[in-house]
Amino acid sequence: MKKAIVSAALGVAALGLAASGAVAGTLDDVKAKGFVQCGVSQGLAGFSNPDDKGNWTGIDVDLCRALGAAIFGDSTKVKYTPLSAKERFTALQSGEIDVLSRNTTWTATRDTSLGLNFAGVNYYDGQGFMVRKELGIKSALELSGASICTNTGTTTELNVADYFRANKMEYEIVAFEKADEVVSAYDSGRCDVYTTDQSGLYSQRLKLTNPGDHIVLPEIISKEPLGPVVRQGDDQWFNLVKWTHFAMVNAEEMGITSANVDEKKGGDDPAIKRVLGTEGAFGEALGVGNDWAYNIIKQVGNYSESFERNVGPKTPLAIARGVNALWSDGGLQYAPPIR
Amino acid sequence: MAEENTASTTEKPKVALLNDPKFRSYIFQGLLLAVIVWFFWGLASNAAHNLAKAGIAQGFGFLDKSAGFGINFSPFIDYVETSSYGTVFWVGLQNTLLIAVIGIILATILGFTVGVARLSSNWVVAKVATVYVEALRNVPLLLQILIWYKGVGALLPSVKNTVDMGAFGQLNTKAWFAPKVVLADGAGLVFGAFVAACVITYFINRWATRRQMLTGQTFPVFLTAIALMVLLPLITYFLKGQPMSLEYATLGRFGPKGGARVIPELMAMLVALTTYTAAFIAEIVRAGILAVPAGQSEASAALGLQRGQALRLVVIPQAMRVIIPPLTSQYLNLTKNSSLAVAIAYPDLMAVFGGTALNQTGQAVEILSMTMLTYLAISLVTAMFMNWYNSRMTLVER
Amino acid sequence: MNSKPNIAFVRDHMDAAMPPPSSEVGALGWMRRNLFSSVSNTILTLLVVYVAYLIIPGSLEWSIFNAVWEGTDRLACATTQQGGELPVGWHAACWPYVIAYSKLFIYGRYPDPELWRVNLVLVMFFAGLVPLLMPSVGGKRVNLIFMLGIFPVLALVLLSGGNFEFGQSFWEKYAIFSLAVLVAVFLYMRATENSAMGAVKSTAIGLAIFAAVILFISADFGLVSIETPLWGGFVMTLVIAVTGIVVSLPLGIILALGRRSQMPAVRLFSVIFIEFWRGVPLITVLFMSSVMLPLFLPDGVSFDKLLRALIGVALFSTAYMAEVIRGGMQAIPKGQYEGAMAVGLSYWQSMRMIILPQALKIVIPGIVNTFIGLFKDTTLVSIIGLLDFLGMIVLSHSDPKWATPVQALTSYLFCALVFFIFCFSMGRYSIFMENRLNTGHR
Repeated sequence: MKKAIVSAALGVAALGLAASGAVAGTLDDVKAKGFVQCGVSQGLAGFSNPDDKGNWTGIDVDLCRALGAAIFGDSTKVKYTPLSAKERFTALQSGEIDVLSRNTTWTATRDTSLGLNFAGVNYYDGQGFMVRKELGIKSALELSGASICTNTGTTTELNVADYFRANKMEYEIVAFEKADEVVSAYDSGRCDVYTTDQSGLYSQRLKLTNPGDHIVLPEIISKEPLGPVVRQGDDQWFNLVKWTHFAMVNAEEMGITSANVDEKKGGDDPAIKRVLGTEGAFGEALGVGNDWAYNIIKQVGNYSESFERNVGPKTPLAIARGVNALWSDGGLQYAPPIR
Repeated sequence: MAEENTASTTEKPKVALLNDPKFRSYIFQGLLLAVIVWFFWGLASNAAHNLAKAGIAQGFGFLDKSAGFGINFSPFIDYVETSSYGTVFWVGLQNTLLIAVIGIILATILGFTVGVARLSSNWVVAKVATVYVEALRNVPLLLQILIWYKGVGALLPSVKNTVDMGAFGQLNTKAWFAPKVVLADGAGLVFGAFVAACVITYFINRWATRRQMLTGQTFPVFLTAIALMVLLPLITYFLKGQPMSLEYATLGRFGPKGGARVIPELMAMLVALTTYTAAFIAEIVRAGILAVPAGQSEASAALGLQRGQALRLVVIPQAMRVIIPPLTSQYLNLTKNSSLAVAIAYPDLMAVFGGTALNQTGQAVEILSMTMLTYLAISLVTAMFMNWYNSRMTLVER
Repeated sequence: MNSKPNIAFVRDHMDAAMPPPSSEVGALGWMRRNLFSSVSNTILTLLVVYVAYLIIPGSLEWSIFNAVWEGTDRLACATTQQGGELPVGWHAACWPYVIAYSKLFIYGRYPDPELWRVNLVLVMFFAGLVPLLMPSVGGKRVNLIFMLGIFPVLALVLLSGGNFEFGQSFWEKYAIFSLAVLVAVFLYMRATENSAMGAVKSTAIGLAIFAAVILFISADFGLVSIETPLWGGFVMTLVIAVTGIVVSLPLGIILALGRRSQMPAVRLFSVIFIEFWRGVPLITVLFMSSVMLPLFLPDGVSFDKLLRALIGVALFSTAYMAEVIRGGMQAIPKGQYEGAMAVGLSYWQSMRMIILPQALKIVIPGIVNTFIGLFKDTTLVSIIGLLDFLGMIVLSHSDPKWATPVQALTSYLFCALVFFIFCFSMGRYSIFMENRLNTGHR
C-alpha cells in the first residue's frame, strides 16, 4: 500500500511537470476556453471595484467587458482576477491573465523591459495631493517637511521623490501595500498628505471619516496615462485590445450609443457602417466577428457612456471629463479611423 | 566472521547485483540526483524561456541603477533617492537587523521575567503570567501587529497635541522625535574608551574569578564594570572638548522635524514581536527551570545562598542547557517574523527590497532569491552562533 | 511502666487539637501564604492587581458594556460628530457590523445557494476529526485513511464543483507512464530475485487509485463550478491549514527518513531542503509562490492563485513536520532498530511496522503544535491578496457602509477571539495527549 502511494505521488509529480501544452495565440486560447481572463485591481472605485455581490464595475472593467462582447458577442464572458500592484505584471507575463486592465501607467521601462505592450490609454490621469483643510495649504510647493502616504511599488512613489527633489523640499514617505491601508493611515493622522493619481484621490476620499475636511491640491505633478496591457509578441491580441478601446472612442465621436446603435446600423453613413460591420470586414481582420464593434457598443456602450457611468459628474466620484474629453472637444481621447 | 568459522569456502554467496545494498544505494542516489537535476534544469530552462519570451530584463545589473524612491527610515546608512538598488538592499537589511537585535534583547528580558513569574509562589503573579502567555501565544502574530499598529496610532498624541518630553524629545502620532547624537572630531575616541572599558572589565573578571577560586575573596566586578564603562568614556568626552552633542527636533509647519525619528511602525513592530516572542520564551524558561532538580535549590539554600543568588548562580546556569536550543529557534523565529513588517509599511528588507524594488524593476527572480538567501544566511549565522554558545554551556561530564 | 502513675501533673488524656489561627486557614490564610508572604511579595501583588484594575474594567466596558449590539449601518456606531447618535467621545465595540459581515467572514464570497456544499464539507471534516482525536475511539486506521485520502478529494470536488478538465493527452501520457512504471517495477523485482507479481500488483493498485481519483474529480456531478476567487473567509483559512498538514505529513515522513538515511546524497538533499525552508520567512515563500513561481512553469501551464499559495504553505510546513517527526524517531530506543533488523525485516518493513508507528505516536503533540503554528500562519496569505479570514476582515474595512473609527478594532478583536478559541483548545488537546503518552512510557 505504501509503495502504491509513493509511486502514485511520483506519477503526479512527473505529470505535473510534463503537462505542457502547445501554445496558440492568446485569441485562440481565449476562444477555446470561452472567456477572457482579465486582471483588475483589488478594489478602486470607478475603475475596477467589486460590489457586495462580487459583481465588478468600473471603467477598466468595461474594457474587459467590451473584449468579451467583441470576441463572443457576450460581455459577461469575462472572469476577473484581482491583483495587487506587485503581482500584476507577473500575472500577465505568466499567462495567468489575458489582459491587464488595472489603472496601470504607461512608462518606458514597463513597455520595454517587462515584456509588455500597452494597448492604448483609456484614462489620462495625473498625480495629485490631498491634505487636510485645517492646514491651510494652497499649493503643493508648501509641502516641505510633510509626511506623505502612498502605495508602494507604483510610479506615484517615484514621482513624489522626483517632485520634492526638484523643488528642494524635504519629505517623509510612508508606503503601504494596499490602497485601504494608505487611506486609513492618512485618516488616522500618520501622514499630512495623501498622494496618488487624481482620480484615485477622488475615489478614496469617499472612504475618509469626514471627506469634507480634506481638499485636493491643484497641482498635477506627473503624466499618468492609464491603459490596458498585454504580453509582448502576440500582435493579433494586441491589435484586438487596442481596437476595442478605439471602437468605443470612435463610437462616441460618431454619436453611436448603446441606445441608438440599432437605429444607426440601418443608416447610410459609410463610416458608421464600417464601424458596425455592415460594410467591410474589419472584424475578420482582427480575428473576430464583423459585428464586434456593434456588440461592444450595444452591450457596454461608447467611451462617454462608460465614463459617465463609472466616474463622471453624476457618480460619487464626480470627475469632469477634462483631458479625457474627445480631441474634438479639446481633450486627448483620439482614435484612428476604422477604414 | 561466521563464514570463516564454518569456512569450507571463502567465496561470497552469490547475490544479484541489485540485491547488493551498496550497489542499490548507489542506484537509488543516482536516480535521486538525476531527478533533482532534471527538476531544476526544467525549472531553469522554463524560467529562461519565459523570461526571454516575455522580454524581461535579467541579471543583477539593476543593483547599480538609481532607485528613485524614498525610504523614510534609515538610521545608519545614508540613503537618498538617487542611491542605487544595491543601497536599498543594505538599508532594508539594516532595518531588519535593527528590529531583530532590539527585539531579541527585549523579548529575552521580558520572556525570562514572565517565565520566572509563572513559577512564582505569588498566586496573582503566576496567574497573570499564565494568562499573558496563553493570550499571546494563541493569536496570530500578523493580527497582533495590525492591532498594535492601530493601537499605537490611537494611543500616540496627534500632531496638534505633540507631547514634549523635555530631554527625550517630542512624541506624536508621526514619530518619536528623539534627540539625535551629532558627532564631531574626536567622538571616535569616546567610543574607543567604551570599548577599552569593556576589554578591561573582561580581564578584571578573569582575575577576580581566579582570585575567588584561590582565596575565596570576592571582588565587586559588576560595580567596577559599571564605573569603568561610564567614567572612562565620560572623562574622554570632557578631555576631548565635548565632541558629541544632542540635536533636538524643531517645530516646522507639519509639527516637529529633524532629530532622530523613531517611526510608529518601528514601535508597533517592536512591541508586537517582543510581546509575542516573549510568551514563547517564557514557556521555554519555565520548562528549563522545572527541569533542574529541586535538590539543587534545596542544596543551595542549605549552603546559605539567598533565593536570588540560588536562582542566578545555581538554577539558571543549569536550566540554560535546556533553554538554549529552543531559545535559538525563537530568536530565529523573531528574525523571520520581522518580515511581517511589510503589512504596516516598516521599511525592512522584505518591504523595501522584496517589495518596492521588486515592483519597480520587475525582476522577481533575482530579487526574491537575494531576499530569501539573505534571510537564510541570517538564520544560519544565528544558529551557528547559538550552537557555539550552547557547546560552551553544555555540561562537561566525566 | 505498665501501671498508670497517678500523679496530678501528668496529663492522662490528650486535648483536642486547636484549630489553626484564623490567619492561617481559609481565604485569609491562603492570601497570606500566596499573596502577602513578604514585603516584596505584597508590593508585587498590589502592583499586579493595580495593573489588572487598569486593564480589565476598561476592556470589558469597551467590548461589552459600552458596545453597540444592534444596528443596520455605520450610523449605529457613529458619534454625533460622525453623523450618528452616540455621545462625543464614545469609543467601544460595534458588534452589529461583525454580525452583518459574519457570513462573509465565514464563507467569503461563496454564492448563497451553494453554501450547503461548504457546510457539508465542514460537517464531514469535524465528523472525521473528532473521533480521530479521541484516543478511546477505535478504527483509527479507517479514520486516518478517510481524513488523509478520501476527505480531501471529496472536499475538493464539493468546494470547487469538480468537473476538472484533463483532456486526452493527459490520459495518453498517464497510460504510458503507468506502463513504464509497471515494467520498471517488474524488472527490478525480477533482478532482485523477489516475487515480482506482488509488487507489480500493489503498484498497479496505486496507479489505479490515482486514476480513479482523477476520474472522480473530472466527473460532472452537476455541481456549479465555484472558482477560488470566490472562496474565502474562515473556510479558506481551514482549507489552507488542513491542506498544509495533509500534504506535509507524508512528505515530512519521507524527508525525516531521508535525513536519517545512510545514503549521503539522500541525506544531503533532505538537510538542504529542510534547512532552506526553515531558514526563510513564510512571507518570502508566499511572495515567491505568487510572483516567482509562474515564471518557472512551462508555457501554457498556469496555477491558480490559491493553489500557488497552497504549494508555498505545503513546502514550508513539510520542512517543519520533517523535523518534528525526526525528533520522534530519535526518541525511539536503538534496540528497536536493532531488534527489527535482527528479525530480518527490510528497511521499509522495519520503518513501516516498528519505527514509524511508535515515532508518530510520540510526536502527536508535536504535530498538533505544528498545526497550531500553521493555522496561525495562514493569516499571512492575506498579504498576498487572498481573502482568508483576516483578509476578509481587512477587506471589510473598505466598505463605506460600516466605516467608523471603531470598525477595525472591533473586527480585530473578533478575529483574535476566534483564533484564540481554536488555538487554545488545540493546545489543551496537545497537553492532554502529552500527559497521556508520558504515563504510557514510564
